[in-house]
Amino acid sequence: MCSLFLKFCAGFTVLLSGITAIGQTRELRVCADPNNIPFSNMEQEGFENRIATLVAEDLHAQLTYVWQRMGRGFVREYLDGSRCDLLIGIPSGYRSVLTTIPYYRSTYLFVSRRAQRLDFAAGFNSPDLHRLKIGVQVLEEEYTPPGEALARRGLQGAIVGFDTAGDGAGSIVQAVANRQVDVAVVWGPLAGYFAQKYRGSLVLTPVEPEVDPPGLPFTFAISMGVRKGNVSLRNEVEAILSKREGEIRGILNQYGVPQLPLASIAKSAGEVN
Amino acid sequence: MVSSNETSHLAACKCWPAIPALCLTLLGGFAGERSAFAQKPLMLQPTIEHNYQTHPYQGQLKADDGQWIRPAKDYASTRYSSLDQLNASNVKTLKLVFTFSTGMTHGHEAAPLVVNNTMYIVTPFPNNLYALDLTKPGAPMKWVYEPLPTPASQGVACCDVVNRGASYDDGKIYYNTMDDQTVAVDAITGREVWKTRVGDINRGESMTMAPLVVKGKVLVGNSGGEFGVRGWLTALDGKTGKIVWRAYTAGPDKDVLIGPRFKPFYPQDRGQDLGVKTWPPDAWKIGGGGVWGWISYDPQLNLIYYGTANPGPWDADARPGDNKFTSGIFARDPDTGEAVWFYQFSPHDLYDYDAVNENILLDLPINGQNRKVLVHPDRNGYVYVMDRTTGEVLSANVFAPITTSRGVDLKTGQLQYVEEKRPITGKVVQGLCPAAPGAKDWQPSAFSPRTGLLYIPHNHLCMDEEDLTPNYIAGTPYVGANVRMYDAPGGYGGEFTAWDPVEGKVVWTNQDHFPVWSGALVTAGDIVFYGTLDGWFKAVDAHSGILLWQFKTGSGIIGQPTTYKGPDGKQYVAILSGVGGWAGAIVAGGLDARDESAALGFANAVKDLPHYTNKGGMLYVFALP
Repeated sequence: MCSLFLKFCAGFTVLLSGITAIGQTRELRVCADPNNIPFSNMEQEGFENRIATLVAEDLHAQLTYVWQRMGRGFVREYLDGSRCDLLIGIPSGYRSVLTTIPYYRSTYLFVSRRAQRLDFAAGFNSPDLHRLKIGVQVLEEEYTPPGEALARRGLQGAIVGFDTAGDGAGSIVQAVANRQVDVAVVWGPLAGYFAQKYRGSLVLTPVEPEVDPPGLPFTFAISMGVRKGNVSLRNEVEAILSKREGEIRGILNQYGVPQLPLASIAKSAGEVN
Repeated sequence: MVSSNETSHLAACKCWPAIPALCLTLLGGFAGERSAFAQKPLMLQPTIEHNYQTHPYQGQLKADDGQWIRPAKDYASTRYSSLDQLNASNVKTLKLVFTFSTGMTHGHEAAPLVVNNTMYIVTPFPNNLYALDLTKPGAPMKWVYEPLPTPASQGVACCDVVNRGASYDDGKIYYNTMDDQTVAVDAITGREVWKTRVGDINRGESMTMAPLVVKGKVLVGNSGGEFGVRGWLTALDGKTGKIVWRAYTAGPDKDVLIGPRFKPFYPQDRGQDLGVKTWPPDAWKIGGGGVWGWISYDPQLNLIYYGTANPGPWDADARPGDNKFTSGIFARDPDTGEAVWFYQFSPHDLYDYDAVNENILLDLPINGQNRKVLVHPDRNGYVYVMDRTTGEVLSANVFAPITTSRGVDLKTGQLQYVEEKRPITGKVVQGLCPAAPGAKDWQPSAFSPRTGLLYIPHNHLCMDEEDLTPNYIAGTPYVGANVRMYDAPGGYGGEFTAWDPVEGKVVWTNQDHFPVWSGALVTAGDIVFYGTLDGWFKAVDAHSGILLWQFKTGSGIIGQPTTYKGPDGKQYVAILSGVGGWAGAIVAGGLDARDESAALGFANAVKDLPHYTNKGGMLYVFALP
């Protein structure tokens, strides 16, 4: 287990190095979560860290991290407050920032034990759900879309909530493997990454249809984000995303991120908005 | 409280909001969105009394020593001062005597306290405590106490990093820090006497409320309904800082401190473990119900009264049931914390109607009988008059436009929700009044025994829940409803209302362009003081509401005015200016007014505020020349 102190020092060192570079090199200040694998952490072990490195290389910029969990008020305080310039992963069309073209699209998935042979072909209308304990992610005060879909069907009582930010990120997938719950409905990158550990014994089934009418989507396209009005950086980043598409896909695959075709993004965004 | 990640800072502030099904990403919008009312929905409007006769108060109030030792002035929470040097004929000559800059740019909601010729002010985060010497010209600083709360706590404050002030007792100043510590500071030396961590920012808890000290116990509660916290009220020993008891808002009876003495007036509040049974399994553990507002105390009955915040999550469909004991009021024994009664203003809250507003303890003639009552102007738009010995609702009258309910059934005590206004994920619901910050948010009222009127600063806002927008928290996307707030019919966002609590009617009201987000103060000179979001500090006639004097401060006012007798025998009036809070976050937070979703949708309703005022905290103190 790594101590908080060490993490803090590591982050501080990175910050210092960024500052010393100012004046000689262009600086790319990225806001990232200090402890949220598989997305990012201070040790730069997440896929967002890897992708940020690619972007910084192509911009010929020194990569500097500002570590902050993306919660309430985050964009205002950090991005709009000019503490950082780029967010690596946010939903396309997120209103508070200027988003790039998406670089991947993923979905919520049912995660269950292979041996249990549960059938989720009918999505949230699957009869099996009525007799199961179902893990869902709880986001501060919000339920994720699967939580809402279950609530619409009167299955609130079946829900077991998991806080999936930080140290507990893998707990929801582990709970399926350990039989604490029968199934969990988990956002793709988390589900794919943590299910790798249990290779073979867990089954991941994308939630279908992609939208629970009216208006509750299970798939999301993910973009990078810059401050509103910072069109030049947005354009630079978009060019890099296009050029490095193959490498980015490779990184995502390495982390087990389930990906849907990007072609239907326009449709998906339209539904959301 | 409020939600949606980014925008949200507000609400929980208690904020607030709950617009259901989702998470509010409140959006703002443009003027002219009155289409919601084109269909002439049912809208309850306040009744106005045109031929009003003053009904002086017959009950007893605590004697006044000319100091101001807690934000609400007395245990009854009247915010009434018996000082009468200032009156309708001389207040026009009121002059600025001294100022003091806090050097901070977030919202200043605290009441300046005055004890032993020293003034105490608590700032927003980082929650410094300043002591000013009132015996010397210009009131120079005696000392500053800096608790140095962790910066991370700013991230869990829903609605700007405000602090509602301190309380004095037994030689110490007590207050809470944003990072969940209650501190006791020696009032003379400024030295820390004790500091106790009572909550955990890692669980989304923060603290913004002002403590009340009762019989040597410091009563404090948490904020953070937007972050899935579990609300509580805690009593600390004033001498040692040790926790004496803690009463949770939800959970099993043993956690809520419900025992044999618990006798709610209405049957729906009786039963075993309702704090568990009125929720889906385990949902009470993250069910909100913070205690971030005001506490009153009746020494004769030996009961404290306080309201609980809204339930979480926003998506009301995800928490079927009444969600006890959120959005309601508890009466408890301050010695043990035992609950004596409870009443729920907004069962299964759908709109972020926290019930944390002030409770003014009065003895009023109701239907010809003198009753020990409490008067509570709630976020849901009704002024409740309740029997404070039993929890019975004696009246509930409309003080701001309401479309979300049809009234309160006085037989059953039940709020009558309007089914068509029920929010459903993915469905557009328009014309919801009051909006999420309520007909009235935290901004406390004042009561004058001379006029018998309650002076209520409040909002005049409605909201629409619109389309869904993608949002995310720590890597995980979801969708939230765009909530857009706007002025209620009439085209103004706030009011300052004189209310007759016996008749249940408006006597006079002053409209304001913006929500009136400051506290109120009333004096024996029949002057009422309040401030506006654009920075005017006003003195109006307590009988008529006519403006007698005003002063434009450097920033918008969301603080609580207080008055005191100085060492020279003169009457002074003090106010902290410094815009912010949920309503003023558009200025304090430098939000983009074009972003309709900013401040959980509140930004839309106040989008022109940045043209009127700028941020910056400053104390202003006035007196006659």
